Amino acid sequence: MTRTAGIDIGSTYTKAVLVAADGAILGRGIEPTGFRLTEAADRALARATAAATCERADLAYVVATGFGRHQAGVGDVAVTDLTAAAAGANHLFPGTRTILDVGGQTMKASRLGEDGKVQSFRLNDKCAAGTGAFLEKTARYMGYATDEIGPLVATSKTPVTISGVCAVFAESEVINQLSEGAAPADIMHGAIVSLVDRSLQLMKRVRMEPPFTLIGGILRFSRMADVVRAALGAGAVVHVPEGDLAQFTAALGAALLGQRRLRRLAQERASVPA
Amino acid sequence: MAYAAGVDVGSTQTKAVIVSAARVVTGRALTDTGANVMRAAETAFRMALEDSGLAEEEIEYVVGTGYGRYKVTFGNTQVTEISCHARGAVHLFPRTRTVLDMGGQDTKAIRVSPGGEIIDFCMNDKCAAGTGRFLGAAATALDLPLAELGPTALRGERPVKITTTCTVFAESEVLSWLGKGKKIEDILLGVHESIASRSIGLLRRVGIESEVTFTGGVTRNAAMVSTLNRRLGLTVNVGEEAHYMGAIGAALFALDRVIATRAAPSSVEPLSA
Repeated sequence: MTRTAGIDIGSTYTKAVLVAADGAILGRGIEPTGFRLTEAADRALARATAAATCERADLAYVVATGFGRHQAGVGDVAVTDLTAAAAGANHLFPGTRTILDVGGQTMKASRLGEDGKVQSFRLNDKCAAGTGAFLEKTARYMGYATDEIGPLVATSKTPVTISGVCAVFAESEVINQLSEGAAPADIMHGAIVSLVDRSLQLMKRVRMEPPFTLIGGILRFSRMADVVRAALGAGAVVHVPEGDLAQFTAALGAALLGQRRLRRLAQERASVPA
Repeated sequence: MAYAAGVDVGSTQTKAVIVSAARVVTGRALTDTGANVMRAAETAFRMALEDSGLAEEEIEYVVGTGYGRYKVTFGNTQVTEISCHARGAVHLFPRTRTVLDMGGQDTKAIRVSPGGEIIDFCMNDKCAAGTGRFLGAAATALDLPLAELGPTALRGERPVKITTTCTVFAESEVLSWLGKGKKIEDILLGVHESIASRSIGLLRRVGIESEVTFTGGVTRNAAMVSTLNRRLGLTVNVGEEAHYMGAIGAALFALDRVIATRAAPSSVEPLSA
């Protein structure tokens, strides 16, 4: 029994990842978080175990992370989302020094030391500006669902300048831009540029260093990574986990931290004389 | 008889007011601003004319104010809403020293001198926290009409503590309190407390001096008025026309121009030696 699981109870989605002793991903699951955090965590984990064709009882260790890690009360231990993200990012892209994590309701920047540990971090969690909610609201005001943001923005060449910061006030700005003839795709592009501006401010405050790893649900929109790359300049190494793995990076990290804990426990037991 | 008009194009609603030479409001109208700001300004103006029973030619001067004041294409000039709210408040409540204007998308605190001059002001216009939109978000989350928020909150006894600042996150917080079994009345009372706290923070930055006059669209919310009164330890002035205060101020500025223009020929005095 060497499988471990990581559950990332995020503000918008709850993600679960199962890994083998060698760090290979065995299964994944995702569920909207909603307001019943324990149920969301259980459901996400059930999806991941089903994908790995095993049972919850087969898991040697379960690590919870994300904003809801304490409230959900699941798992053997809880770690902060920053620690989990650092473990996940370093596993996928060894040597990562700066992580930008853009989720549904938070934006986090952290700088890691050579040992992969978090040295400095900044969060934006008091205001929806600079989080996925800003993009989601902007899309909604124009009649698009969150899932349509990616395809929509892919058609834009030039972003419209979005001057406001507040996700609520973005509505008036979007209406003004639309009435002046701007294309929804270009407005969406502009919203992403505005989000990236804010993420750069956050990264500057942790004294960013390359290489960068970008994670979080918003990185599913590849335009987000393109704009970050453009803003950081051609020389900067910017990694993005493939496809929707970006959304699962913290859960993966939590599962890997479970493996580490498992190995330590085994050493501990071995050191006790029989 | 001279008449002047003020048109206040707010982020959410557009208000128009007609005043007579006696500085009395003779007509008023209100319409949603919507996407076509120019049309909203025209509609409100026409409705106000109708309300006063006057023809357009009888209006000698029009002042536009509010965030969309430059879209009042038929206006003769523009005055900022800070000046207009202060002017309107001092006109209706001459002992006003502090004005709190709570609109759909911004909240302003203004301090005026005993003579009605603006001494200081600050506003919350970059972020929807503490503005009418915060109430709008709560209404959406709870699926209640805006007009029912106040009456419902007044029935609350134990306000829940709203911890989020951002209006977007507050929407989730309201739902999560509902999920935890809190009463809608208590959640809404908590929402009003939260907005009052932010407005009072804004007022403190300019200095709170009695009397305080409350203006803007949120004045129609009785729970907001009572929460402010309790938290400030005084009774804020809320006139029946509090919602129109910006437009009233604009109309009074317009009337000043009418009077000044008429007086102009005779007011030219020879330079004293």
